[in-house]
Order: sequence, then structure tokens, then C-alpha cells
Amino acid sequence: MSGEHETVGHPLWLLAELTYRCPLQCPYCSNPLDYADQAHELSTRQWLEVLKQGRAMGAAQLGFSGGEPLVRQDLPELIAGARGMGYYTNLITSGLGLTEAKVQDFAEAGLDHIQVSFQASDPELNNALAGSRKAFDQKLAMARAVKAAGYPMVLNFVIHRHNIHQMPDILALCEKLGADYVELATCQYYGWAFANREGLMPSRDQLVTAEATVNRYRTDLLGRDHPMKVIFVTPDYYEERPKACMNGWGSLFLTVAPDGTALPCHSARLLPIEFPNVTEQSLEDIWYRSPGFNHYRGDLWMPEPCRSCDEKGKDFGGCRCQAYLLTGNADNADPVCGKSPHHDRILAARTAADHATAGLEDLIYRNARNSRVICRG
Amino acid sequence: MAQVPRLRRGFRFQWEPAQQSHVLLYPEGMVKLNGSAGAILAEVNGSRTSTEIVELLERAFPEAGPLSADVEDFLAEATRQHWIEWL
Repeated sequence: MSGEHETVGHPLWLLAELTYRCPLQCPYCSNPLDYADQAHELSTRQWLEVLKQGRAMGAAQLGFSGGEPLVRQDLPELIAGARGMGYYTNLITSGLGLTEAKVQDFAEAGLDHIQVSFQASDPELNNALAGSRKAFDQKLAMARAVKAAGYPMVLNFVIHRHNIHQMPDILALCEKLGADYVELATCQYYGWAFANREGLMPSRDQLVTAEATVNRYRTDLLGRDHPMKVIFVTPDYYEERPKACMNGWGSLFLTVAPDGTALPCHSARLLPIEFPNVTEQSLEDIWYRSPGFNHYRGDLWMPEPCRSCDEKGKDFGGCRCQAYLLTGNADNADPVCGKSPHHDRILAARTAADHATAGLEDLIYRNARNSRVICRG
Repeated sequence: MAQVPRLRRGFRFQWEPAQQSHVLLYPEGMVKLNGSAGAILAEVNGSRTSTEIVELLERAFPEAGPLSADVEDFLAEATRQHWIEWL
């Protein structure tokens, strides 16, 4: 083994963003703002080759994501191929386009797990956020079908100021549907969510109340020896130290975008860095040797205050995308950090969240029209 | 009253050459197992009782001495983590 393999870990997690196409219009979508101009998608054969190379490099967890991965007609073939290679296969879906027959077909192809995302615990708010009148009923039906087919069930709720008050109802709904895992993922402010941050970010009071609710529910589950696990991802805008984003740049995670662009995380495309494409280089070259993936490995790139910080080995200076979005330079310390000279921008966002009045109608919804308007200015 | 442990639905146990270890895979997660945990889970197949698993491991690793306590401790932890269930 060469030196580079000893210092750089294996890409244990591979996220295959099969497409940017999606029937929903969630205003916190993590896809790039200019997704509408990036319609090219890898072929079935190209995806299978990417999966094969990733598996050979040690990837064990595989996420099929998007956009809405169900719009890819070759999904059963990709699932079967991936399962045959030994991946643990996760389908991350809105549930729209799913049918009981597909749930069964995917199980036969070897799919290990289906995660269904919800926008809220009631149809009215859910459908308003999703931009679809039928979404909620379809999601409920598909959650039941997933459970009936025997899959482990993960329900995902993206949390923001317009649904955070529903926490008790959300948890009760998840338990009623028989969820094994519940992910309450507060919006991370990238992509569309960054464009809509003021309209999405919960206030500190909202957050404190929600956390208390979740903790009470967890204690209750434990008391009943109930196996449902609840994961609450709180917004890092309320922290004083940054998150160890992606467990370090190019350390565990490898995302492949619909057109084959390889990224250290699904947001990194917004950075002014040239990222390699799987149609031009092997995944091994990309992971170990490409300038894009080596850009923020180690700590030699760090300016102050990170450079001399004794926590730099723990949080890696936080998130490069957040540094870029908030300071204009991705090398800077993540402004979430209290030591960052730009921390005032986080404080200003907190203050704004305390006084925000924007309604659902004020959010920019993720659709092709808005994508082109935003990106062509 | 020896019972039979098995992995819960959604959990997969396998050897990962890149990590040179056994792992337990579950929805969007992975636990890297140490040598003894891997050796124990490798014998959990939904038909062996915990007593049979102990006997099998003691035959396979005679130099390790009695293994009953180690196996029971690990299976209790695996139960607490909801990795396995009992038939």
C-alpha cells in the first residue's frame, strides 16, 4: 500500500444522487440553486461502474438519493447491482412515485432500507411545503407499505420554524406508523435553504421547546423499552463551536452528483473549486489524488484562528461551504465558531430568527422556474 | 432456558476487507466490530441457542478459557442496542 492510502481513510459512505428531477418543490432542498441547468445524468452502465469502483475501495453504505431517485426507471437494476456487490442499500425518497408493487420489487432486488421524508405531521402544512396537493396521503400510504413489506423504517422530517411546533404530533405519528428510526433534521442552510434562511430558521425559544419535547419522548420510549430511535439534528447556528463537517473533508463521504461530478459532500458543488468527474477519472484517482478532494485534507490550508486552535483536530475548522456562504472565502473558520472574526453573522441570523415574520408564501420554492431566475439574476 | 438470538430485520453482519473487520450495517449506519464481537455475531444465525454459541466458540478458541460470561455480556449489550432479538 502506498503512503496516500495510509493517511487518507476509505470512502465508507457513497451517496449516489441519481437525478435532480423531483416532483416536489421543498424550499429547503439541498440541490444546487442552478440544478435546472444541470440536466445531464449518468447512464445505468456508468452508475454500475461507479458503484463497483466504490465498493472495491471499501464503501459499504450506499444511498440512492436525488432529486427523487424513483424517477430513474433503472432503479431496480441499480439496486440489484449494488446489493450483489455487498452494499447496504438505502433509498432516500419523498415517497412520490412509489407504489406497493415497487416496494415489493425493490425488496426482491435486495434493497435494505427505505427512508420516507415528510414535510409536516398534517396534510395541510405538509402539502403547502412540498408544493403538492396529494403528497401527505401518498407518504402515509407508502410508509405503511414499507412497514408491511418488512423493511426497517426510517422517517425523516426536515424541521424549521413553520413545523417545529408540531414536534409532539410528529413523534406520535412516527410511533403510530411503526418507525424504527426517526430523523428530525433541522434545516442546514445550504442550497435552497440558504436562500430561504430567514424564512426557515427557528428561534432559540422554539428550539429549546422542541428539544425538551424530544428528550421527554426519548425518556418515555426508554421507560417502555421501545426500540424506536429518535435523532434530532439541531441547527449549528445555535452552537459556539462548529460541527466536524462530514467527519472531515474527504475522510468518509463521497457524493456523486447526477452528471458524475464527485464531491466530498452534497453541498460542495457551490464552492469555487474544480471537482473531478467519474466519466473522466477513476474513483480511486478522484478520492486519493484529485486536487478537489485533497483541497481541505489535513490542516496546512487553515488560516487563523483555526491554525493555532487546539480544537482543529476535532472540528477541522467546521464547514467549508458555510465559511464560503457567510464570509466569501471557504478557507476561513466556520463563522459558527465563537472564535471566528465573522461570528457576528451567525449572531445576526439568530436575532433575525427571533423577529422573523415571513410566512410560507414568502419562501422561494424549489422549481425550474425559480432555479433559472435565481441563477441568471 | 437457552434462547435463540437472531439479528433484527434491517441489520446485516458482514466482513469488510477494506476495514479488515466485521461490521454491522443498518439504515445509514455502520458499527465496526472488534474481534471478539465479530466472532460471536458470526455464530448468531437464528437457530443456535446462546449456550450452543458459547460451546462452539470455546471449541474454536480453547486457549481463551471459559467464554460464557463474555458471550452473555456481549449479547446483552447487543439486545440493549436493539441489534438482536430473541426467539
